Amino acid sequence: MTKPRDYESIPGTYVYDGERGRIGYALNMFCMSLNKAENRKRFKENEAAYLDRFALNAEQRRTVLERDWLGMLRVGGNIYYTIKIAFCDGLTFQDVAGMMSGVSKETYAQMMLAGGRSPEGNRYKDQTPPEIEHG
Amino acid sequence: MAKIVAGIATSHVPAIGAAMDRGMTGTPYWDPLFKGYGPAREWLARLAPDVAIIVYNDHASAFSLEIIPTFLIGVGDKFPIADEGFGPRPVPTVLGHPALAWHLAESLILDEFDMTIANEMPVDHGLTVPLSVTCGQTKAWPFPVIPLCVNVVQYPPPTGARCFKLGIAIRRAVERFDQDLRVVIYGTGGMSHQLQGERAGLINRQFDTAFLDGMTRDPLALARITHTEYMREAGSEGVEMVMWHVMRGALDENVTEIYRHYHVPASNTAAGLLILENRSPA
Repeated sequence: MTKPRDYESIPGTYVYDGERGRIGYALNMFCMSLNKAENRKRFKENEAAYLDRFALNAEQRRTVLERDWLGMLRVGGNIYYTIKIAFCDGLTFQDVAGMMSGVSKETYAQMMLAGGRSPEGNRYKDQTPPEIEHG
Repeated sequence: MAKIVAGIATSHVPAIGAAMDRGMTGTPYWDPLFKGYGPAREWLARLAPDVAIIVYNDHASAFSLEIIPTFLIGVGDKFPIADEGFGPRPVPTVLGHPALAWHLAESLILDEFDMTIANEMPVDHGLTVPLSVTCGQTKAWPFPVIPLCVNVVQYPPPTGARCFKLGIAIRRAVERFDQDLRVVIYGTGGMSHQLQGERAGLINRQFDTAFLDGMTRDPLALARITHTEYMREAGSEGVEMVMWHVMRGALDENVTEIYRHYHVPASNTAAGLLILENRSPA
């Protein structure tokens, strides 16, 4: 049985659970609207005006307008949703993944070609696993 | 009587579909991945199933956060291709199999699996990339498809153990259908990948290899892997692998591994493909 939120010990990971769902709903539903071509066009024409249609708070608005991809996750963004903003900008999943992990596009692409980010040293925030993992 | 004759597990990375749609499969980046799909396509063409059940997840295409079905079955006669934010993929409309799909919906619910039923929904890369990978580029898909959609976008997805039991119930239901149909079942998603956060790009070849091995050797042990273990070991989006257990649960206890292919990277993902056949004669 998975203990509630025992995944919080995983570094650099924002699990879209009920807590994030409570704060992220409006932000993600804005992203969902970008599935329609006419909405993508309207968003690109005037981003701020388009965002007025959704009940985003000030920080959520900022993260969208500044394309702060990590920031979006921290204020309730779900990657399957926020990626739609990136598609609107002509970016790929790999472009955004590089930006979130804080390295250049080339460095990130090279890491993936070399087999990806190793789980070694990336399993626990403090790098010391608890004595008993109820997993 | 209908019968499940084989299972296919495959990743459903959107970039794999895009590479096919843009004619880039022969580039040095994509060639090693696509070469490995060749034997799977030949095997599937020889098998020529009458219908496929494809277990996949929707990626904010047909369903938003407005309503989040944990398990859903598509009973319509056709499923259009979704616009996921970059226009619909240029692939054929997916045709359904309403007679078998309704039989499954009724049987599963009476067997205590509380399915959501969808008459109309678009399908996204989660379903179409597995079709593209195993059928190639075509004007019409070679068989009708029953979409079986599992939530993995809003935590928590159903557990691996629950998915395995759903597979067992699917098999029971298929075998009670009164037409002679040879059915193939797909489990899709995975393998190790993380699309989000500072830890994006995580790949765990060791975990993936053990998972591929375990599908034949000890699927019940695999079905007990917790969500946290998937996320820690195989990346936050690696939890998609729960969907492979639906496929595995629908097969015999003893299966033969017919083929496997594993390649890193497909964009941010370790792409895996596994073909399993029942030991008992089809």
